[in-house]
Amino acid sequence: MSKMLRKGLALAALGLALIGGQAMAASEADEPRAPSGGWNFDGPFGKFDMAQLQRGYKVYREVCSACHAMDLMYFRNLGQKGGPFYDPKYPNPNDNPYVKSLAKDIQVKDIDNDTGDPVQRPATPADKFPAPFPNEPAARASNGGALPPDLSVISKAREGGPSYIYSLVGLGFNAPVPAGLTVPAGKYFNPYFVGDVSSAWHGKGPAPKGGFISMPPPLAPGKVTFDDKTPSTVQQQAKDVAAFLAWAAEPKQEERKAFGLGAMIYLFLLTVIVYFSYRRIWRNVSH
Amino acid sequence: MSGHSTYEPKTGFERWLDTRLPIIRFMNDTALDFPTPKNLNYWWTFGGILALMLGIQIVTGIVLAMHYVPHVDYAFNSVERIRRDVNYGWLIQFMHANGASMFFLAVYVHIFRNLYYGSYKAPREVLWILGCVIYLLMIITAFMGYVLPWGQMSFHGAVVITNLIGALPVVGKSITTWLWGGFAVDDPTLNRFFSLHYLMPFVIAGVVILHIWALHVPGNNNPKGVDVKSKADTVPFQPYYTVKDGFAICVFLLMYATFVFYMPDALGDAINYVKANPLVTPQHIVPEWYLLPFYAILRAVPNKLMGVILMFAAIAVLFILPWLDTSKVRSMRYRPTARLYLGIFFLACLVLGFCGANPPDQPILGHEPSGFMLLDADINSIVWLSRIGALYYFAYFLLVMPILGLTETPLPVPEGISEPVLSHPAAAPTGAAAAPEKRG
Repeated sequence: MSKMLRKGLALAALGLALIGGQAMAASEADEPRAPSGGWNFDGPFGKFDMAQLQRGYKVYREVCSACHAMDLMYFRNLGQKGGPFYDPKYPNPNDNPYVKSLAKDIQVKDIDNDTGDPVQRPATPADKFPAPFPNEPAARASNGGALPPDLSVISKAREGGPSYIYSLVGLGFNAPVPAGLTVPAGKYFNPYFVGDVSSAWHGKGPAPKGGFISMPPPLAPGKVTFDDKTPSTVQQQAKDVAAFLAWAAEPKQEERKAFGLGAMIYLFLLTVIVYFSYRRIWRNVSH
Repeated sequence: MSGHSTYEPKTGFERWLDTRLPIIRFMNDTALDFPTPKNLNYWWTFGGILALMLGIQIVTGIVLAMHYVPHVDYAFNSVERIRRDVNYGWLIQFMHANGASMFFLAVYVHIFRNLYYGSYKAPREVLWILGCVIYLLMIITAFMGYVLPWGQMSFHGAVVITNLIGALPVVGKSITTWLWGGFAVDDPTLNRFFSLHYLMPFVIAGVVILHIWALHVPGNNNPKGVDVKSKADTVPFQPYYTVKDGFAICVFLLMYATFVFYMPDALGDAINYVKANPLVTPQHIVPEWYLLPFYAILRAVPNKLMGVILMFAAIAVLFILPWLDTSKVRSMRYRPTARLYLGIFFLACLVLGFCGANPPDQPILGHEPSGFMLLDADINSIVWLSRIGALYYFAYFLLVMPILGLTETPLPVPEGISEPVLSHPAAAPTGAAAAPEKRG
């Protein structure tokens, strides 16, 4: 390959990295931290830990779902390939008995076919996760004016992804409030929340990084009992729910990486073959 | 399309067809036997890469349009539904979204190759202008495509860009309302953007055909920038360049696939995963990376109308490039001074891109502004950096190009593609070295 091309590509990559890196550095919050050991779904070969996804779903169901909807999620997603409760015996997740029983515990709204009256019935795998509030004003009214965001793609919608979620709910609420910071009533200081606290800062030096969040500390030790006897610390709950939300933001990502591996190998071999064809065809041309 | 046809119909059917619709002859002469300079380097493979990217965008786009719902209430969820529930929808959607970035990456390489090797000079001016038309259409298409997922950046980007038209005196407001189909960016806007986003690629494809036609009349330029003298200077396109382009395409696809499969969101903005909400404006509204330099030029000017004019001028100036460059030597291989200025131009584009990505009042050096105000902004701020970048951007086209061609002393240019430079520059007669008027 010509030297110039290599140089050009390197420069282009550098330029992209520069632009991207700068764009990301703009937020006014502490850098989100991944849990020790990182995420096992990171990288081209990373896979989700099924037990972790199951625990994460339990945290979402028992804690987060009281205020946060997941409008893009259906119960069947829990039993699809790569999902927390996937069972190879049931290629159609709607047949998965475990998913059926999980859905059955939740009541969803429906219309009575005979009378047309609104009714409640147990969910089936084909149902969406029901939203905790009927509409936005109702959600705001119950949460001191703040709107709990939908969590379906939250892991992609925040810089830092799962590490941000882990840091926000697992680490940030335990951080001591810096002396000299007046936290408004009904708000909580969190160093990982993007915001600007300078107007409430009376201490020395520049205002601390972070923001005031309306969500009270959601997790507590032992708040969720894990079926697999994993110790239920705040950090463990945060880690598991962040992994679950990372999966929910793109349930097909394991398929993407697996497909990608095949595609990359195929493209690489094709590149090698075409390169040698090129060398062979051009061998007698002086250029 | 040019020169002597080498096609000889072999079968009875081909002879019959050749006297009625010589389409096989046409394909043969343009895509197979087309005489191509034998010294083209890898920078020349990006034309083929671009053709492939247009094809990929059209094919994936047609499938996406089968599942996408152009309605403010459903657009965001329908894109997510494509990823979650459509068979291989995630693959098609990520290919399309990242394909746009790859398309622009390739077009920028293609444009810089033109600038370096002077491919826009006579007799290829029309070829160049058609290329500029394609680039402009690509920008419009990409902008409207980015609106379709109806995320926060989609919506507020559309608001910012369509509002620019409103800066025009007298008619601005009416045109903006007409574009919106209402009094704000809303459902009618999304619908027409979807319709036009589907239409534009086919317009681009039409101009691409003209572009290739205009290429095949004078034939390819080449790294030496000298004209093809004889058949010995060329090789038939097939198999020589199909295989060379093929190799480059494979390498390019490897990079493209790395993005699609392993970092599909790396080039996008996280905030676009939040559904559009007209009442909540994102802290920093930025376009996709490939439009950042123009965004920086727009924001460099304190007056909105002047900013808009300058931003459009940054693209318009490309159209008259063949007449701004006074040098008769095509390839910058023989123009060391011009090479230096082009290098700075490339850096200026990166700097402008950097400026476009960051808030205007952000300091460049350190974390504190210098406290020294020059006119309306702190000297240590993105504003002033983008002004310097924009100044050089225009100076390169409007001052450097016309003046340098008349004043510089190019290196000796070889007589033809097959011959080396006739003599070492040091030993060359003075007349040969200083010949800027010489037709390459």
